[in-house]
Amino acid sequence: MNAPASFAESKLPLLLGVLFVLGLIAPFAVYPTFLMKILCYGLFACAFNLLLGFAGLLSFGHAAFLGTAGYVCGLMVRDLGVTPELGILSGTLAAGLLGWLFGWLAIKRTGIYFAMITLALAQMVFFLAIQIQATGGEDGLQGVPRGNLFGVIDLSNNLAMYYLVFAIFCVGFFIIYRTIHSPFGQILKAIRENEPRAISLGYDVSKFKLIAFVISAALAGTAGATKTLVFQLASLSDVHWHASGEVVLMTLLGGLGTILGPLVGAATIVALQTQLADSVGSWVTVIMGTIFVLCVLSFRRGIVGELQALIKRSGVN
Amino acid sequence: MEIFGVPTALLGSQLLVGLINGSFYAILSLGLAIIFGLLNIINFCHGAQYMMGAFVAWIALTRFGISYWVALIAAPLIVGIVGVLIERLMLRRLYKLDHLYGLLLTFGLALIFEGIFRDQFGISGESYEVPELLSGGVNLGFMFLPIYRGWVIVASLTVCFGTWYMIERTKLGAYLRAGTENSAMVQALGINVPLLITFTYGYGVALAAFAGVLAAPIFQVNPLMGSNLIIVVFAVVVIGGMGSIMGSILTGLGLGLIEGLTKVFYPEASSVVVFVIMVIVLLVRPAGLFGKS
Repeated sequence: MNAPASFAESKLPLLLGVLFVLGLIAPFAVYPTFLMKILCYGLFACAFNLLLGFAGLLSFGHAAFLGTAGYVCGLMVRDLGVTPELGILSGTLAAGLLGWLFGWLAIKRTGIYFAMITLALAQMVFFLAIQIQATGGEDGLQGVPRGNLFGVIDLSNNLAMYYLVFAIFCVGFFIIYRTIHSPFGQILKAIRENEPRAISLGYDVSKFKLIAFVISAALAGTAGATKTLVFQLASLSDVHWHASGEVVLMTLLGGLGTILGPLVGAATIVALQTQLADSVGSWVTVIMGTIFVLCVLSFRRGIVGELQALIKRSGVN
Repeated sequence: MEIFGVPTALLGSQLLVGLINGSFYAILSLGLAIIFGLLNIINFCHGAQYMMGAFVAWIALTRFGISYWVALIAAPLIVGIVGVLIERLMLRRLYKLDHLYGLLLTFGLALIFEGIFRDQFGISGESYEVPELLSGGVNLGFMFLPIYRGWVIVASLTVCFGTWYMIERTKLGAYLRAGTENSAMVQALGINVPLLITFTYGYGVALAAFAGVLAAPIFQVNPLMGSNLIIVVFAVVVIGGMGSIMGSILTGLGLGLIEGLTKVFYPEASSVVVFVIMVIVLLVRPAGLFGKS
């Protein structure tokens, strides 16, 4: 919630360029599936951050979009035999529609009530996912084929899949970047800082919030649909409120309201979970909770936020 | 005997289950409401504290042979003291920030508590025996009433209305209500508001733990018992609005009953009916049934 340091802002295009090149060569150095997982959660967290970091809306129900899109994409690809790109598009669309519905209901209240409403609505989706036959209940949708991109490129090749995920992430990231840096994004920030003033300036605040919510939900859906293809599985855990909490943690740890923070946070959390899963078992939840508490108590700027503050200080001196 | 083609025994027993769930909703949403009133935060670990109440009672009985009646007082005290420590050491640092940080902090705490208990006790659940004095049941003619279930309803309603009385009719309650309206002013009048806040949080948490002890003989004592319940309670709080103490109690009871009825007439919808009602209330009366907009 701080104004980004101007130095960091001016060097951002260069940094993004470097990261882009790193992203291109990364699968030759690191296990591609691991990278794909980071990119999927990274996009999920970036989409979430658009809402919390820039519009000041804490949604505690983003798992609903991740999970629903996963189910829709999985069903389209596995049972209707559509190509993967159409599967991802349909997942995104479904999440966007659901986001429109959730957003329309939730923006009737603000602050803590907004968070509780989104959480409750998402829990409703979770219960429906358990009961409806099509989602496979506790087992989830298994054996979703990756298929051929545009009917041509075989995605069962991990490297091909990686570049698709990377491309999707870049497009999603670009959309978010453009949204934040557009007049629309400026108005969102104005609403975050002082809603009554934005209203008095004549802005239809509800409409802006709703559009931001839909964009965020749709992109969260893109992440969920892509994730389903990568792991060939749409699971119940993606609609669980733990997933909603996880994305909050990623964003908070990486840096709320920073461009790159959510990606850094997602990478950190995914890496931690992968590392810890073997060694500490069920203590993962405790460790995640502890990071959460520490972030809230004494690390509220997050990794990227702290780095920006550091650069700003050294830039001034 | 049948009503609307449903045997009265079935209807009666589901209404009883509804009333019991409703008492838990009432006592938990009441705790959330009084904490929210003074601290302006939503206590996300309320469900975890409810679970801890049940576990403290279970551990006391199985490890130390401490009876249900002692646990009914001791567990809320112990969990309440943990709550007081949380307030003093952590929440206190967040009052000047956006209220959402309180929600995030308590969410993290909920993960920690749940994780620890899951590691220690697994997720299969433990059973807690009904105390001897309250075992057995009575035949009411149209249905069979297990005495313990009747006791749960009586005990939780007594505590709910006792709390209402304390807040609405005593001097301490007057301070608390004044603090909710304008804490700076109350502080200026010489009342120790930080202490009042600590006490309020501890009391809200103790209510959750008390509900946990009541729940222990009915439900399995399980590390995850609170987390799914608390989200329903959030919906209850959205429906009722947190402005009114009596409103929270009545909304909780009413929704429990509606849920019970749904189980009789349309069981598939029973897990989502509270959320559906929340949506309807948001459309018709966004501030909640008892809320001030």
